[in-house]
Amino acid sequence: MSVPISHQARDLAASRAHAKPTSMLWRMLVRAAILRRGRAASALLAMVVAAAVATAMLNLYVDVQAKLEREFRNYGANIILVGKNGASLPANALAQVDSTLAGRGIAAPLGLVVARTKDGQPIVAAGVDFDRVKQLDRWWSVSAWPSLENPHWSQSHKEAGHPGLIGVRAVPLVSPKSQPFDLSFQGKTLQLIPAGTVETGAAEDSRIFVSLADFVAWTGVQPSTIEVAAHGSRAELEAVMNRLAQAVPAADVRPVRQIMEGEARVLGKTRATLLAAAALIILTAALCVLSTLMGWVFDRRRDFAIMKALGASERLLNGFFAAEAAALGAIGAVVGFLLGIGIAAWIGRANFHAPVAPRLGVLPIVLIGSMAVTLIAAILPISLLRRVQPAVILRGE
Amino acid sequence: MFARLVYESFRRQKRRKMLAGAAITLGVTVATAMIGVATDIGDKINRELRTIGANLVVTPQEDSLDVEIGGVNLKPPTDGAFLSEADLPKIKGIFWHNNITAFAPVLPVHAAIQREGKSEDVGVFGTYFDKTLSYGKEQFSTGVKSLYPWWRVSGTWPADNSSEVLLGERLAAKLNKKAGENIALSGRTFHVTGVVSTGGAEDDQLVAPLSVAQQILGKPDAVKRVYVGALTKPEDAFARRDPKSLSGAIYDRWYCTPYPQAIALQLTEAMSHSHAEQIRQVAQNEGAVLTRIEGLIFLITLAALFASGLAVSAAMATAIFERRAEVGLMKALGAGKFAVASVFFAEAALLALIGGAIGFAMGSALAHRIGHSIFNSQISISPVLLPVILAIAVIVTFAGSALAIRRAVSLDPVFALRGEL
Repeated sequence: MSVPISHQARDLAASRAHAKPTSMLWRMLVRAAILRRGRAASALLAMVVAAAVATAMLNLYVDVQAKLEREFRNYGANIILVGKNGASLPANALAQVDSTLAGRGIAAPLGLVVARTKDGQPIVAAGVDFDRVKQLDRWWSVSAWPSLENPHWSQSHKEAGHPGLIGVRAVPLVSPKSQPFDLSFQGKTLQLIPAGTVETGAAEDSRIFVSLADFVAWTGVQPSTIEVAAHGSRAELEAVMNRLAQAVPAADVRPVRQIMEGEARVLGKTRATLLAAAALIILTAALCVLSTLMGWVFDRRRDFAIMKALGASERLLNGFFAAEAAALGAIGAVVGFLLGIGIAAWIGRANFHAPVAPRLGVLPIVLIGSMAVTLIAAILPISLLRRVQPAVILRGE
Repeated sequence: MFARLVYESFRRQKRRKMLAGAAITLGVTVATAMIGVATDIGDKINRELRTIGANLVVTPQEDSLDVEIGGVNLKPPTDGAFLSEADLPKIKGIFWHNNITAFAPVLPVHAAIQREGKSEDVGVFGTYFDKTLSYGKEQFSTGVKSLYPWWRVSGTWPADNSSEVLLGERLAAKLNKKAGENIALSGRTFHVTGVVSTGGAEDDQLVAPLSVAQQILGKPDAVKRVYVGALTKPEDAFARRDPKSLSGAIYDRWYCTPYPQAIALQLTEAMSHSHAEQIRQVAQNEGAVLTRIEGLIFLITLAALFASGLAVSAAMATAIFERRAEVGLMKALGAGKFAVASVFFAEAALLALIGGAIGFAMGSALAHRIGHSIFNSQISISPVLLPVILAIAVIVTFAGSALAIRRAVSLDPVFALRGEL
């Protein structure tokens, strides 16, 4: 069946003869995508999903350290400053520590003396900053915090005495019916009103806590210990400890080793598990893309054969399929990257109650990885088909 | 005829079947390994968290108030009540004894030490190092060596029931003593086997076997406190309920769950005149850390299952799409849609079963390997999982093939045979 070439078609052919050779390649690429929509879409979908999973895993892997470090800060102090030879710390020590930390952690001062109850029983009285302790020692089980804008602390209460927090084991000794009581230290008496009780299962249960201002006014003793919960990796913490030792020369700066080592171990193991999982998942996703794409390219062996029969050079054919694969890889990687950031953010919100920050540094890795996988997927079947005569393929064998 | 069709298809198209089978095997391997890791990660991380130290403490029931500053008790050591050392092995007899990873008794006492001609007071921390105890027929060893892995000893650990001691590092510097020397304490001579660094109050003290501390105190069998490290389940609202208010079956469920509270109650019951309590700093926070890590690995396992499901589906879809000509031939010879589809589904099921079984074995090996290289302990996958994994493999393979099979059976044989689709 032959159709006479119309004038229009001849004009078209004439105009195309002057077009740049790249425009043909471009048209072939676009047409290939439009005509075989279903197969192209499924290949693209596989690429997008693989890139999304890879992005989410890499993002999580980078971010999980910061997320878990934050969880571990709930264990409280990881650095302790103690006055050398049991001496008190200078009055400006806390300000020095705060400026050294510069917001990357919390510091809580602690002053301790042995006071006496009315019947002469010894008991440890501690001066603390309740606001800071509440942030630093989150595991304290406290029935009611004193001084924190507590409405029950009316003016009349303040005149009757100073609010104190009583360890559960000290309650029967000093104030079994939550009545006000007196503590004396070196002849000076402090009248206390129990505001609440504290339970920790450790030494705090046998102590009585008063606000630092009341403590210093009562005993004249400055705090001897500052507990610090600093954020950061092991190396950053070492640096913080060095800076603290310089800022407060009167203090011994000690790490709380069980917390630091336990944290390092758990973090290391979790990251290693995550890495293994990420490697497995990315490998699976990449193989999924590879098989889908290879199927797609193999399916188009007739296109390949026609092009070859029409005289297309090997270089052109390779270039065509490579360009197609690269375009698919790039589009898939970018869309998948955006989707992956969303997945990582969702996992962060669902599990850590804080979104995982998107890392742009992951994009080039995902982009290069995707394009590499798609190129392999395109070139492998082509190199197999190259040896076959076009006629054999066109006959459908 | 049906069986022959399937058999011949496998015999003649070995390469294609291998490819699809490999995809299924890989998918099942990843899924099995991740399920294995996810089900075991809680226990593994729980054990790692025990390196932070004890999460439970047992004290005498009628104990007087501690007057303790910086780890040094200012009360006379004879003051107050004591626990009995003879009760210690009973800790391994409680309901959750397998969850007790380590425990160490503590008896702090004071002793006089001679330095530069003067007598000085020094704290002695009596405990177990790595003592072998037996409960019933079971033998086990426990002590600070396993309970406090962050203690570093330069020199060697002393033997329990000996007159060997460790010096805290600051005390050693103060006394100018090294490992291998002898030290005179309250009129007796002790051999220093090492210098211990703990980062805590023990650095200023002398760490001695429990029997030595008991002799100094003059109270054999006395123990002041027992620190216990136990694997626990994160606390929830049910855990915080008062066991006395629970009745019957609900109480049993509470008692038989490894909550810190339940284990504390069992410890209280095991040791006479004692009171066990959780150390909130450790017990409360490990629940939070554990929940986060478990949640993370769970979500990632979902991602892995999704990815492997997708890989299997993609491989099956490709494999079926390549066989249009075959479908065309079958239909041209008079096969109905049902007959064509059942051949494909039978092949898919066979592939899924073979690939699933191999994948399960490989996944178990992979999980084992991950457990060994990351946690230095086994992750074993129970064989009970095999049928579940196989069923999932068959379902995913069917789901992946369904769309491609539907497209294949609705092909017009003429076009399919001419290869024009």
